[in-house]
Amino acid sequence: MSAHHDVKRYPGLRPLSVLFFLYLYLPLVVVVVYSFNDNKITGVWTQFSLKWYGSALNNTALMNALKTSLLVAAIATMFATTVALLAALAIMRGKNVRFRKLSETVVNLPLLLPEIVLAVATLILFSLLGVQNGLLKLAIAHSAFCTPFAFLPIRARLQGMSMDYEEAAADLYATRWTTFRRVTLPLILPGLFSGAMLAFLISMDDFITSNMLSSGGTTTLPVYIFSLIRSGTSPELNAIASLLILASLVLATVALLVAARGGRENS
Amino acid sequence: MSDATHHGLPMQEPSHPPAGRGFWRNLPFWGLLPSWLLMAFALLVPMIIIAAVSVASRGAYGGFDWGFDLTGYRQILFNEGWSGELEFTPQYLSIILRTLGLALTTTLLCLVLAVPMAYFIANQPPARKAALVYLVTLPFWVSMILRVYAWMIILGRDGPLPRFVEFFGAPAGLSFMYNDGATLAAMVYSYMPLMVLPVFASIEKLDGTLIEAAHDLYGNRWVTLRRVILPLAAPGIISGAILVFVPALGAVLEPTLMGGGKQMMMGSLIQLQFGGGRNWPFGAAIAMTLLAFVVIVLILTARRATAKGATT
Repeated sequence: MSAHHDVKRYPGLRPLSVLFFLYLYLPLVVVVVYSFNDNKITGVWTQFSLKWYGSALNNTALMNALKTSLLVAAIATMFATTVALLAALAIMRGKNVRFRKLSETVVNLPLLLPEIVLAVATLILFSLLGVQNGLLKLAIAHSAFCTPFAFLPIRARLQGMSMDYEEAAADLYATRWTTFRRVTLPLILPGLFSGAMLAFLISMDDFITSNMLSSGGTTTLPVYIFSLIRSGTSPELNAIASLLILASLVLATVALLVAARGGRENS
Repeated sequence: MSDATHHGLPMQEPSHPPAGRGFWRNLPFWGLLPSWLLMAFALLVPMIIIAAVSVASRGAYGGFDWGFDLTGYRQILFNEGWSGELEFTPQYLSIILRTLGLALTTTLLCLVLAVPMAYFIANQPPARKAALVYLVTLPFWVSMILRVYAWMIILGRDGPLPRFVEFFGAPAGLSFMYNDGATLAAMVYSYMPLMVLPVFASIEKLDGTLIEAAHDLYGNRWVTLRRVILPLAAPGIISGAILVFVPALGAVLEPTLMGGGKQMMMGSLIQLQFGGGRNWPFGAAIAMTLLAFVVIVLILTARRATAKGATT
């Protein structure tokens, strides 16, 4: 039967999908192309140049913001992933769990609230408590809204995994800790990895909360980029953006490949 | 034994369970304690406090004073004149309505683009399907602020789009920035993957024989789309719509950067009140209003989902 008679096919979807993927990628390409423009004015092309990359890499404010972002994201990822792993184990493997449904809702609550509401609420709490340390504020707030992103892949992994392995280990007199370490943990590792990657990404990407909570020495990367945009676009920004786009795409590809491989092995 | 019917089959506990240590025996308690503590401290307590601040009074030097005072809410609709009379001012009401309108339009545009794409991807051979899902997901990993910035370049003065239009005879020096359309363009672009992925997930699970059955019963493609595919994809469409609508309602970056200072949305208004504006009770009242819209949407969609579940 030719494709023409396939009732599941809708005419025009193929060209539409080409346009759709162009729409997804052209904006990113535009930024990268302009980053090689010698001219100080982004939109007016003069000639190819790498000079903005040089000035971006020598920008200490940028490097400090990057350091702050990486530090906050690392703390938040470790914290959120640990909390999420414990919660997922309790919810999916615990016996006689009271408030199972409620607990799941509580863990996922940050997903259902507009971030700006949460950000100002956290701002008020910290100002009432008199917490001054910017890094501490950011780490706590980021841990909270990163937790559901770490939780969901781990939960999905535990749900999709048969209990047979764990029961077999128990039958072979493995203690629950040994079972966890030698059976459960290796099996959920892909979920744990994608959860951690998502948490890291969400923390690195956050603007709203970081902007509300940041103080003097704790400017994160998105907050710094925002200030660069507001102060009139410097062409250096295009180079910074291009480097970050490249880093994100490489990181995402690695993460998705690992997750896909894990999915294949266990299906 | 609440889990005795895992997989729907009655299961026997291992007959010789190794004695768990304290942690494992109390797994539900120790496992859930950290998340409850974290969420209580970083989420539930702050939410209670912001509700309290929304009915507190404005402090003399910024911040707020505890007490009960509905001025924050009143200010959304009324302006107090110098002699104390209340005058209706549509200024903030129009921001609220614009926010609802823009968030709704964003959701609809994402939906219109996502459904055909999700359907197209779902019907590809496995290898190409995986590749296309990867390509849809990929831009989502790029920082939101950079994706908004890309649109500032495209639409801004001397950007590719004004140049393109100029080529067809439009006046030179155009800029498409600082209006609702620009805000919308960046919002649709930013939130698109949040719509495509859930819709794709539910279309992929859809039973292809139902489409063939619809065809056998003389349903043409459009009838099949309307009466078979869309209803079956409804769970994905609803969760995608929530995933887009909620952040779109609270958007800060897009209206601030794309809309310019005059084109505010509720999110940027709240930020302003807690930043330069220094009117915390008013900012908190707007935040509570925003939250109310989210709760209404969640209740409506939850109801709809249960109503659907009951009839099928």
